[in-house]
Amino acid sequence: MSTITPERQQTLTTTDYPVIAPGHNFITVTEKIANIVLARRTPFGWLVGTAIAFTMVMMLLYTIGYLVLTGVGIWGNNIPVAWAFDIINFVWWIGIGHAGTLISAILLLFRQDWRTSINRAAEAMTLFAVACAGLFPLLHVGRPWLAYWLFPYPNTMGMWPQFRSPLMWDVFAVSTYGTVSLLFWYTGLIPDLATMRDQARHPLVKKLYGVLAMGWRGSARHWHRYETVYLILAGLSTPLVLSVHTIVSFDFAVSLIPGWHTTIFPPYFVAGAIYSGFAMVLTLLIPIRKFYGLEDLITLRHMHQMAKVMLATGLIVAYGYLMEAFIGWYASGYEWFMMRNRALGPYAWAYWMLILCNIVIPQLLWSKRVRENMLLLFLVSIVVNTGMWLERFVIIVTSLYRDFLPSSWGMYSPRLWDFTMFFGTIGFFLFLMFIFIRLLPMISIFEVRTLLPQAKVHTEPEGAAAHD
Amino acid sequence: MAHKTQEQPEIYGVMAEFATPTDLVRAARRAREAGYRHVDAFSPYPIEELNEAIGIRRTRLPVLILFGGLLGTLTGYLLQYYTSAIDYPINVGGRPFNSWPAFVPITFELTVLFAAFSAVFGMLGRNGLPRPYHPVFNVPRFELASRDRFFLLIEATDPKFDREETAGFLAGLNAQEVSEVEP
Repeated sequence: MSTITPERQQTLTTTDYPVIAPGHNFITVTEKIANIVLARRTPFGWLVGTAIAFTMVMMLLYTIGYLVLTGVGIWGNNIPVAWAFDIINFVWWIGIGHAGTLISAILLLFRQDWRTSINRAAEAMTLFAVACAGLFPLLHVGRPWLAYWLFPYPNTMGMWPQFRSPLMWDVFAVSTYGTVSLLFWYTGLIPDLATMRDQARHPLVKKLYGVLAMGWRGSARHWHRYETVYLILAGLSTPLVLSVHTIVSFDFAVSLIPGWHTTIFPPYFVAGAIYSGFAMVLTLLIPIRKFYGLEDLITLRHMHQMAKVMLATGLIVAYGYLMEAFIGWYASGYEWFMMRNRALGPYAWAYWMLILCNIVIPQLLWSKRVRENMLLLFLVSIVVNTGMWLERFVIIVTSLYRDFLPSSWGMYSPRLWDFTMFFGTIGFFLFLMFIFIRLLPMISIFEVRTLLPQAKVHTEPEGAAAHD
Repeated sequence: MAHKTQEQPEIYGVMAEFATPTDLVRAARRAREAGYRHVDAFSPYPIEELNEAIGIRRTRLPVLILFGGLLGTLTGYLLQYYTSAIDYPINVGGRPFNSWPAFVPITFELTVLFAAFSAVFGMLGRNGLPRPYHPVFNVPRFELASRDRFFLLIEATDPKFDREETAGFLAGLNAQEVSEVEP
């Protein structure tokens, strides 16, 4: 009878690093995660980080203020490159947002134990990335105070949005994605908010978490519905996450511009999104795990698995680049001109930097030693983030700046306000992350409990209950 | 039994505390075998075995979510059909007004959106949440139900419920502590 308890632990430990370090029980797990929020004084490092991020948020607000008062002319985009940093950054952020849902939904459906201690933080990251992404198209419309025109509502102008346009699909895809991610995240938080309510000692804090937990009491009937709904939400989010970046890629693929008009875009965009998303999760979790001493819960196994997912999706992305080049050659004409221009023209530096960042350097991840060296892994994740940003730069700028008519060719260069806007959103993203870490449990406590050997119910032989 | 005749305040039920999930599941089974029906169990994480132990019927939420999703599908398609083909038709190069392939993405997104809303609000609604007050929270040790302790509750509404007898029954199930739950 007692052999069953260690067995589960064994399958988790002997094959690889454990998903949770041995020696933990319900109390240590709960307190370790909850006390980051509840008991600890605000760490000095957190204050410094938040202050820096907050400064960047101020820079963002200043930029937005100036932009709204002046107009999008303060940016460098102009004909022929009318879409530049806005859409580059939009796609970059949306892509980053994909890892959260992938980890929480797809890995749940595949019953991957290791998703458990990283899904909460990754989902939060998704929400914040989507918030950053949304800013760009919102401000790029030029008159953001009229952005509600994008939504279908009966109006005195007697007009409706053009539903055949991929830009409308984008509006629906991104807003649905943001909403569903929020629902999924909040649903996952409810039992942990109840734990926070019960662990908190300060009456006001208790009340606050109590309101957020909505009276969750861990009833078996509630858990039953909760589990059902959580699984269905995962099932709904899985096609959703794939559809979002597919639709983002339609913004390009549905047009007729050489370099955009390709059928490979949807899968290759989705792979790239997952690639950059995992890179961002690593970029965030490696320092967080070190700073808060969470190595017991976010173990080397998590790092390994994420590095492997990055490696795999990176290879899919590499295949995408290769096919793009091949189809360019095979199609000849404008496509081949665009391809040669991309690799050898004035923006060739961006193209080759992209190949270096997204294909060459990540091959280091084949090595187990690199995957276990947190500093190297962190650097690789930064390189991949940069590479994925360059990918969008290459796709957008090098397809637009030399189109069919040589008379309308022109170079693109970003201005100061492009950069303050971009780095401002990075600050906004980090700021939201800092606040999240301070106020909410960044690891799903109740799901980590289920991984403990004590969580297992010992199966009784039939009828044992009757005669003891 | 002796105190039974005293006028005691009404109670919501009797609750027993257990140290391990195995004890809880065993106790839940035993309570069911003993004929108790208004039983609920509380645990810091979902325990699959409890579903059968306290006789939880399969939830009908998936059906609700399906209908929510279908409503989303209809909303998404009809919205686009009405606006593009009836109310505001624009002839673009002679293409059909009801250009269904272009309507697929938004139809899909609204399907997922409506289904997700019905899933979350359906779950909360069927669970009776948000619920600011519930008697179980009157048991002081119940706050451990969200940390490391397991509780079994037999409600006073149960036809077989008897204040002393039920408490005695629960105490005999390897419970750490048995307490009455004030309403």
